[in-house]
Amino acid sequence: MRSLRVFAPVLAIVLAASACSAIGGDDDGPGEGTASGHVSKRVVLVTHESFVLPEELQKKFEKDTGYQLETRASGDAGALTNKLVLTKDNPLGDVAFGVDNTFASRALDEGVFAPYAAKLPAGADQLLVAGDDDQALTPVDKASVCVNVDDTWFAEHDVAPPTGLDDLVKPAYRDLFVAPGAATSSPGMAFLLATIAKYGDDWPDYWTKLMDNGTKLDAGWSDAYEVDFTQGGGKGDRPIVLSYDSSPAFTVGDDGTSTTSALLDTCFRQVEYAGVLKGADNPDGARALVDFLLSPEVQAALPDSMYVFPVDPSVQLPADWASYAKQPTDPWQVDPADIAAHRDDWLREWSDLTSR
Amino acid sequence: MRRILTLVGLAAVPLAVLGVFFVLPVSGMLSEGFWVDGHFDPGAVAEVLTRPRTLRVIWFTVWSASAGTAVAVLLGVPAAHLLHRRRFPGRGVLRAVLLVPFVLPTVVVGVAFRELIGEAGPLGFLGLDGSAAAIVAGLAFFNVAVVIRAVGAAWESLDPRPAEAAAALGAGPAYVFRTVTLPALRPAIVSAASVVFLFCATAFGVVLTLGGLRYSSVETEIYLLTTNLLDLQAAAALSVVQLVAITALLFVTSRLRAVADPSLARTTARPPRVSRRDWPSLLVTALVGVLVGLPIAALVVGSLQVGDGWGTGNYRALTTVGSRDALLVPVTDALVTSLRTAVDATWMSLSLGLAVAVIVTRRSHTRAERRTRGLVDGLFMLPLGVSAVTLGFGFLITLDRPPLDLRDSVLLVPIAQALVALPLVVRTLAPALAGVDDRQRQAAASLGAGPLRAFATVDLPVLWKPLVAAAGFAFAVSLGEFGATSFLARDEHPTMPIVIFHLIGHPGAMNYGMALAASVVLAATTAAVMLAVERLRVPSLGAF
Repeated sequence: MRSLRVFAPVLAIVLAASACSAIGGDDDGPGEGTASGHVSKRVVLVTHESFVLPEELQKKFEKDTGYQLETRASGDAGALTNKLVLTKDNPLGDVAFGVDNTFASRALDEGVFAPYAAKLPAGADQLLVAGDDDQALTPVDKASVCVNVDDTWFAEHDVAPPTGLDDLVKPAYRDLFVAPGAATSSPGMAFLLATIAKYGDDWPDYWTKLMDNGTKLDAGWSDAYEVDFTQGGGKGDRPIVLSYDSSPAFTVGDDGTSTTSALLDTCFRQVEYAGVLKGADNPDGARALVDFLLSPEVQAALPDSMYVFPVDPSVQLPADWASYAKQPTDPWQVDPADIAAHRDDWLREWSDLTSR
Repeated sequence: MRRILTLVGLAAVPLAVLGVFFVLPVSGMLSEGFWVDGHFDPGAVAEVLTRPRTLRVIWFTVWSASAGTAVAVLLGVPAAHLLHRRRFPGRGVLRAVLLVPFVLPTVVVGVAFRELIGEAGPLGFLGLDGSAAAIVAGLAFFNVAVVIRAVGAAWESLDPRPAEAAAALGAGPAYVFRTVTLPALRPAIVSAASVVFLFCATAFGVVLTLGGLRYSSVETEIYLLTTNLLDLQAAAALSVVQLVAITALLFVTSRLRAVADPSLARTTARPPRVSRRDWPSLLVTALVGVLVGLPIAALVVGSLQVGDGWGTGNYRALTTVGSRDALLVPVTDALVTSLRTAVDATWMSLSLGLAVAVIVTRRSHTRAERRTRGLVDGLFMLPLGVSAVTLGFGFLITLDRPPLDLRDSVLLVPIAQALVALPLVVRTLAPALAGVDDRQRQAAASLGAGPLRAFATVDLPVLWKPLVAAAGFAFAVSLGEFGATSFLARDEHPTMPIVIFHLIGHPGAMNYGMALAASVVLAATTAAVMLAVERLRVPSLGAF
């Protein structure tokens, strides 16, 4: 009897388990096309973990072009770029999306991408990477990393919110700022670049003051925004956070107004690119996908699915975005070639400054 | 000769798997660091080791892992006494619950801890956030279960009579513990401590989330060097340091693990009821409960918060894809994927683990044979000590062309998880097999039974419970595995830890709430599996 009592749950588990194995049950997966290549030609997209393409758009692409779309997403922009570099002799897919302007030069220098001059929407051509004469990288979206403030907190505490980078080192804002780190997150890196653009060679001095003023550094955006920021899910207690220009569109309360705003003088613009991988199995499909990412439908879906702005200025933004996601007119910029040349030194120096 | 051949035959499959999915990728990544533009250049790697930052990173790793281990042992040993030598209602449930942290994904634990000790959290006044103390607490949180299990198992089977005799001769409880019990437990404690040290030294998410960037361990440094700086020489240098250190540690452990003749009869007397005299272990177990319980409680409380009020909205939202389509598939789908993947990881690690356990526990006839067995044993522990990012990138650059073009394979995730669970499986099965007296097998053989028949009649009756227990551990490990999975998982079929990671990374209060709710569901699933294992009363996990 005793062994029966032990056996019963075990047996139940075994029975339940044998009925469902990922390998056996994976009939509906996209692996189908892989095994029998003649069913339909597939396009493999390599991208980062923030990539989201709504299902109906994916279906539309497959219907319009006859290609089957397969997405491999993992890591951030940095991990993606380095993965592409490491595998350039035998690429992971046909097309890559998500290399941004802080990593673009590394990818171009390493010859990861094949030239493809996609037809850009009017106005998007100014986002091309300087020096990318073959036009291997096609701009798809843009978003700016900006310091955000919790307006309700500043109103309640009767303090004027900061307006620019200079303010963040002032005693009035002591212990109020939280940011993701440059070494561990791409917004953190963008912020470091913004300070380098503004302060030039004096940036280490600015960062020393920033740290002395009680700035808190977290590993990633979600740690900073969701746990430490006063308007995040964890209801933290720092009312100044490093986030994006689109973030205020996500803190719209019941009364229809946003409780946060982005400081537009603190922004660094990130542009995300797509490109056909050199040595792709299906270069035609890859080019079709790059074109598709620039289509009005995908461009219109970008704000809601990836929290970024389309590169096509004629696309209509969602209502909350139109009201609360203000874009900087003149964000800080650093030449991609400059970034490629100095990024490692900057990051090392930054790490030494902040990890003391 | 025939014995050696059998040994080789048994070892062939596990060794091939280890070779393809561990040795090949890791050496591929290492050679990227050692060969610069086609030239062998070890000088650059050596130079990395003299950087002040490298030394600082190694030093931090050593002392934080030592501190984490010390805390886990100091809390774990008294708790093992209460949970394995005393009887009280709810003991089984408590044992199972204390095992949950060990298999929770670090993303979840990071968030839970930060909810608790963040500046605005209920324990924010302690100022722990971003401190080394938080990292040590996090390490202890994950590993105290290992100590409880390993030491508890040894304690359970300890002959109580010497201690009783000492007490009868007038020795006080503390004196008895110090002079009789502790020496007998020492091998178990030392080996548990060395495994915990290994886990602590290679912890990744804990250091990154709880350290707030002020601290870097070897593991996080390899990650940063590889994914952010593409400084493969530096990454290779640190990986080599890690491998060397772990090999040394495994060597020391295998020496310390050597115990008296395992075929000696063990007593498992029915433990006495808990009494007032047990207050020291009661007190410490309560402390363990606080350490393990608070972060989990923080998760549960957070998951029940909807807007400014309370409710189950976050749980009901698990059937959706989150606000603004944060996910491609609902969380419930991810749970199914997780369970299915875990099934595959389980059978893979069980079959490999069984072969390895048989190899390492058969009685050796020559010194060379014993050495070989020891080598095999240590070899399969090595995956514990290699950074997931090294392994992940290694997969991409080495398994990329026929006949080993596996980058697209659906098998990759379960295989990677099976390798992660393998040491645990081996360590659960090996003690049971080692306890079988070889003379029984010889007797069976002399009565005409073939090797399979002998295995079925002699080993299997002893082995089936540990097998099911090992299956449970492997299943739970697979459910919570994040590092390798995040690297290899495919977009359309994310596992629970991946989905949780996604939800936390997407703006919107609902997504955050869903992430917490999903974490609670994952923890509860794990606890259920552990509870089933607990019913089997297999004294294992961490019996390294």
